[in-house]
Amino acid sequence: MNTTCIMCPMGCALTVEEKGGVVTVVGNGCPRGEKYGKAEFSHPERVVTTLLKGLYGGVVSVKTDGPIPKDKIADLLAWAASYRLDHAVKTGDVIAESPVSCGANVVATSDFKGK
Amino acid sequence: MKKFDVVIIGGGPAGMAAALGAREEGATVALLERDDRLGGILNQCIHNGFGLHYFGEELTGPEYAKRFRDKVLSDQNIHVFLEAMVLSLTEQKVVRAISPTEGLIEIQAGSVVLAMGCRERSAGAIALAGTRPAGIYTAGMAQRLCNVEGYLVGKEVVILGSGDIGLIMARRMTSEGAKVKLVAEIMPFSSGLKRNIVQCLNDYDIPLRYSTTVTRVTGKERLTGVYVAPVDEKMQPVLEQEEYIPCDTLLLSVGLIPENDLLTGTSVEMSRVTSGAVVDEYRQTSAEGIFSAGNVLHVHDLVDNVSEEAYIAGRSAAKYVKGELPFSVTVSVTPASGVRYALPQKVHTGEGKVKLYFRVDKVYRGRTVVVTSAGEVIKRKKTLVMAPGEMQNIEIDKSLIKGDVCIYTEE
Amino acid sequence: MEKFDVIVIGGGVVGTAVLRSLAAYQAKVLLLEKASDVATGASRANSGIVHAGYDAETGTKKAFFNVKGAAMFPALTKELHVPYKQVGSLVAARETGLPALRVLYDRGVANGVKVEIIDRKRILALEPNVSDQIAYALYAPEAGVVSPYKLTIAQADHAVINGAEIRLEEKVTSLEKREDVFYLSTDKGTYAASYVINAAGAGAAEVNALIGEDAPVQTHAVGDYYILDSKEAGVVNTVVFPLPDEKGKGILVAPTADGNVILGPTSRKIPHEAAEDNEVTRDGLALVREGVGRLIPSVNLRNVIRVYAGTRTAVGNDFIIEESKKYKNYFMLLGICSPGLTSAPAIGEYVAGQAAAALGLVKKQQTIPLPDRFHLTKASEEEIKQKVASDPTFGRIVCRCEKVTEGEILAAIRSPLPARTVDAVKRRVRAGMGRCQGGFCRPRVMEILSREFGIPLSAVRLGDKGSEIAPYEVKDGYEKI
Repeated sequence: MNTTCIMCPMGCALTVEEKGGVVTVVGNGCPRGEKYGKAEFSHPERVVTTLLKGLYGGVVSVKTDGPIPKDKIADLLAWAASYRLDHAVKTGDVIAESPVSCGANVVATSDFKGK
Repeated sequence: MKKFDVVIIGGGPAGMAAALGAREEGATVALLERDDRLGGILNQCIHNGFGLHYFGEELTGPEYAKRFRDKVLSDQNIHVFLEAMVLSLTEQKVVRAISPTEGLIEIQAGSVVLAMGCRERSAGAIALAGTRPAGIYTAGMAQRLCNVEGYLVGKEVVILGSGDIGLIMARRMTSEGAKVKLVAEIMPFSSGLKRNIVQCLNDYDIPLRYSTTVTRVTGKERLTGVYVAPVDEKMQPVLEQEEYIPCDTLLLSVGLIPENDLLTGTSVEMSRVTSGAVVDEYRQTSAEGIFSAGNVLHVHDLVDNVSEEAYIAGRSAAKYVKGELPFSVTVSVTPASGVRYALPQKVHTGEGKVKLYFRVDKVYRGRTVVVTSAGEVIKRKKTLVMAPGEMQNIEIDKSLIKGDVCIYTEE
Repeated sequence: MEKFDVIVIGGGVVGTAVLRSLAAYQAKVLLLEKASDVATGASRANSGIVHAGYDAETGTKKAFFNVKGAAMFPALTKELHVPYKQVGSLVAARETGLPALRVLYDRGVANGVKVEIIDRKRILALEPNVSDQIAYALYAPEAGVVSPYKLTIAQADHAVINGAEIRLEEKVTSLEKREDVFYLSTDKGTYAASYVINAAGAGAAEVNALIGEDAPVQTHAVGDYYILDSKEAGVVNTVVFPLPDEKGKGILVAPTADGNVILGPTSRKIPHEAAEDNEVTRDGLALVREGVGRLIPSVNLRNVIRVYAGTRTAVGNDFIIEESKKYKNYFMLLGICSPGLTSAPAIGEYVAGQAAAALGLVKKQQTIPLPDRFHLTKASEEEIKQKVASDPTFGRIVCRCEKVTEGEILAAIRSPLPARTVDAVKRRVRAGMGRCQGGFCRPRVMEILSREFGIPLSAVRLGDKGSEIAPYEVKDGYEKI
């Protein structure tokens, strides 16, 4: 796998490979890059932010309250596209607990009046 | 005429931090915000990545704004004027504003903090050729329509410029159901953060082409497509290699300009490089008692730095009113080899430390940053990599300052 | 079927001038415009110059209406509250250009225009930034600058409050004369009229073809312009032209009536199909820069806020302003290119007079004056206080660059000819015309339009049909990535 290290502005081009159960990182300039490369290879994760639509109009901004597996992002965004929020929420309120089994909750990052 | 110790123009991240800084010194504060809520552009930046330095955790824009807003609104001695647009500012520090609820507002300020932020360069400013259909937006305008209003400007998108807002919008538009066909960057590098290139473009397989620009646009009522071409070393497009990309949307992320229109006609000394005022380490401009902070002073890449800078400006503005702002000889801080600008541009001699912020003019690897005063080296710092898109800083001892300061990079 | 005394086809500066003059008569008059607003064709994107009248050959219609029209501007623009400044014009020439200036001078005198040839010393007093190559100039102190679209809109508004009707987004699709009556149909309705005036600009040939009149041979050209930030105002005080050539009056540098600086235009022939495309080209912009460099080299192009292109349509060398020989009471206004803007008020008066004479229309005893509007930037402290106290929307600034309030935008939306699009609002009150070009205010203007017309934000348009600005709700038609 080829990727770019984001641990510092250097942006080292990393090549990560697995041979016989051993993951090796090539191209990193420092130990942080190796750690990052291995994590991106074996279990890449992202915090996802998006909008949810209100059932009666309007939108509310949301995030996952922790990083989720990268391969769950598409499922989560598809879930968010079909979800309609039918009540008021405040910043920090949990709107959905681990939707699409992504392992994190979807919480509001702004206030929403509901209607 | 109303009277306040400190009047802050702008209620975004800079204005709010300045207000809290001024309150720490006991000043009475007027905070004038043109929108109907505090928070500025943070309110439409629903992505995460804010606050790692300032709060030690990762927040979204609205959450970062809320932390400051809650503090500001709970302080009885900060008078917040909403929907209040400042019309004029004099060097005698009389601020005139207008709002729907109060009409004309006139305030005699003890000191003023400018915190008006910046605006985006428009299609006109880059003299974009072609027709004039709907479908061409600055990235920030599309961001507001999407994140605040809930409307998508189009479905097939080309983005010109790889500044952070452009990168962020590439991911946002994709998440909302649009297809981003290309991000074109005229420079051979991106001014955006690495992390945004990886997480906003690479994660979604959005192509980024360097040394490429949009040469013209087509479409009568609605945009139907754009022509892109590579640029030569003089940044001129190679028109023989023009390529047509059908799309209904062009987003522009081609630079930010500090909004200093209020200073037109005043004697405040301006920097041609930053388009902001020339300031000292207290963020005081050449007009006594007028301070400047945040994106109106120089365009930042991290809001954390804005908060820190504005906090200094707010505190200093309050100290100025109390007559406690240290007064001493100033020396100038000038950039040289490899450094595009450094800020503050003036520093007082005396005790304590001062942090110099600077931007380099291109990507440098393994360089040393050197600070001299009166020709003597007073600080050296080795760096792994420095990019123009990421603001750098270096702290120096004021006691070492014996004359004009120069900051540069060397091999 | 609705029956009118007179129907005017085309809502440019000429069509609305005719309509306004017709509204002074006791008559039922209608203007049909295919676009979403008046002033969307050549009347929107031109140099905005009130020409003194030395250019046109003596004895032509161009010369006649130019000189007559120019003289009407001071009073007319005051009556209609349209930005106009009599700044004067210079045709700037090098040492070798003196004979050519003399030709213009003689023509000016013959046309009855106040002109004089001045030397470099006097040029510098007027234009301190002029190129050091410039030695002589033809000075016409009565030339001026005007906002062409604001004039068009004000003429339309004034006509409407005096009883004329304007229907937008109605393209005439058929036109025939039976007995003494004209029958017109559009995509929305059918109308009858006793008198028809073709003021369709670039589309005038098509309208002629509808009725069976000879289609004139139109030639179309497009020109590129730069508009500079108002902070560049002061670099030029008068309208500065180069010596004219076979292509036209050349690339000028001038202040605009609204306080910006305008540079341009180029002149590029385009086919009829492209007559409304308004396409800016890189080569054209380069030509403008070159041309400006020869006149006022210190113009700072870093202060550009917009580039655009304007088209113009000519028929031969002169205006065609005449009644059809085949169809009585069908009046044609063809090839009204430069100095069409200057001539428009005089043409309007003349053509309305022709229609009135043919139909025996009687002038109204008096007409209703067009009321002036509140503009924050032009109001006194006291006026602002009173206005905001009585209506808080006049204290809410929407366009920060041009300091335009919500109240002014609402007034534009509720004007006699209502602004229905973002561009229509912009042309009336300048919201979005400043240095950020709508970066901040456009979503706000969209919200106001959406609220006022009770339409979703997604239906708010920039201009004509199909120009919706944010046409989709987020997540609509979402497909999994």
